[in-house]
Amino acid sequence: MKPLAVTAYTATTALGRGTGALLEALRSGTSGLKPNDFDRAELRAWIGRVAGLEEQPVSGALADFDCRNNRLARVGLAQDDFLDSVAKAKSKYGPRRIAVLLGTSTSGILRTELAYRSGEFESLNYRTAQNLYSVADFVRRTLGLEGPAMTVATACSSSAKVFASAARYLESGVADAALVGGVDSLCLSTLHGFTSLQLVSDEPCRPFDVRRKGMSIGEAAGFALLEKSDAGISFVGYGESSDAHHMSTPHPEGEGALSAMRQALERAGLEPNAVDYVNAHGTATPSNDRAEDRALMRLFGGRVPVSSTKGWTGHTLGAAGIVEAIVCCLALEHGLIPATLNSSALEPGIQSQVVLGNRSARLRHALTNSFGFGGSNCSLVFAA
Amino acid sequence: MAARVLCGEQDFLPQAVSRPAVPLLPPAERRRCALTVAWALAVAQEAAAQSGLPGERFQVVFASSDGDGDIQHRICSALATPAAEVSPTDFHNSVHNAAPGYWSIGAHSSAPSTALCAYDGSFAAGLLEAACQVNVDARPVLLVAVDLPYPPPLAAHRPVKHGFAAAIALEPGAGLEVALDDGAPSASPLPAFDGNAAAACLPLLAALARSGGAEVRLPMGERVLRVRK
Repeated sequence: MKPLAVTAYTATTALGRGTGALLEALRSGTSGLKPNDFDRAELRAWIGRVAGLEEQPVSGALADFDCRNNRLARVGLAQDDFLDSVAKAKSKYGPRRIAVLLGTSTSGILRTELAYRSGEFESLNYRTAQNLYSVADFVRRTLGLEGPAMTVATACSSSAKVFASAARYLESGVADAALVGGVDSLCLSTLHGFTSLQLVSDEPCRPFDVRRKGMSIGEAAGFALLEKSDAGISFVGYGESSDAHHMSTPHPEGEGALSAMRQALERAGLEPNAVDYVNAHGTATPSNDRAEDRALMRLFGGRVPVSSTKGWTGHTLGAAGIVEAIVCCLALEHGLIPATLNSSALEPGIQSQVVLGNRSARLRHALTNSFGFGGSNCSLVFAA
Repeated sequence: MAARVLCGEQDFLPQAVSRPAVPLLPPAERRRCALTVAWALAVAQEAAAQSGLPGERFQVVFASSDGDGDIQHRICSALATPAAEVSPTDFHNSVHNAAPGYWSIGAHSSAPSTALCAYDGSFAAGLLEAACQVNVDARPVLLVAVDLPYPPPLAAHRPVKHGFAAAIALEPGAGLEVALDDGAPSASPLPAFDGNAAAACLPLLAALARSGGAEVRLPMGERVLRVRK
């Protein structure tokens, strides 16, 4: 594919608002995970919660869109001068030529969950707060963008797959630039749902570690602006595949993961040995970590440094793709290979070069993996 | 029969539809999958068979505004109880990409798939995504659209009268042109399905059934997707 410039990017996670807070936490090894205090806090878990959303409702012309997910989207858009970057792109291309492609897994379902509990359905705004499109529609209206817009909802690969769609949109001439990203916020469905599958740890998650007990759920908003030029950090390859194996368990040999990574490198025109860092999906569930390790070993043979940054942010589900794409951009820009926070002793059998302490290195290419339920895999490659 | 109704040769008589058989899936998955998945796989398998291409060759684009209302209702109801215990099967079936996930298992296909939503513009967004995939990835794409009525109490907030599912097989070089445009969407040949986002494809299906070609405008937000074949 023709490389696309990542001309602006921003992320808001449990580590704070904007990429400055994210980079600072990555450098200092500070986790955003805390003991679960969400809703009734009945589950023993650690979560990556964005502070202050309760006090910042969406108001004004878009007040109907008010829900936790759109509050998080609004806060996310306001960081890193991202609004200015969008305004510049708007005057350059015109609002009709900028696509809005966002990932989420649960959108504003929390409001509906609470309506079922209270029995008060009157104030429910289905279109603007519950429907999956709500977040893309809210962002598009907030920014005044009129290009093609959609929400991609493929569980935990959602906001990685929007990069692939954007590349195809720009190549097809459907748009001249694309705003991509994802927003996923804490809700009861995911906290209780992942618990029902016995995938949630009662400690902070420890990807690839011998003591790991499962995942920690987080929330995040992340956005990037993609344009046809080759300045600065660029998005150079994507790969997508299906496991065709099971709805909630990955293929044990990492077959689908391997195929997604291979396609991403092929589109980038790179050999595996050109990759300097892999940000793994690394959820800290035994089935993910083992399968992903197998796939990484089959492709890279243990040569490339690999880390999962979910110990910092938690697994932000439909926002994980964009958050970890931004971690790759920060890694490339600042020469930082982040550690696998909370992990210190690898599970026997894990053979990849899992990074356990931050390293400094000059990086040219970084690859990130995102895998979702339904066997939906996506890998992205970024270049400095 | 659908083609004869779309060509105006036969009247549309709504009737209750029982859960479609899903021969594509192994028995365990057949029982476990949601109703939207059963509808999606039924039309997907039919369209793939008509194309003459093996199912596993297709990339899949699944477009739905509302996902599976029955599962959302069951999960929200369970969460409203003191124990808040969610069925693990309901939870993994609740993802918007459940249909393409089950398709990949049934068709033994490792080809990429996606699932998207653009509210009442979901079909047009799916067609745009599918057209871009055919154009750039140069692979055949199966576009599958499904929306079914919600159960109460959500039915009051998203009224959908009749269920609808359709699948279209697109191949490279088939001469499909799509572009965003202004103006009003084409009128539906079956207004009984108005309010069902997946059924927004009806003007396209009717034009294809009548003449094999089409020039229609499908709703996509405040604009329309102009489709020519």
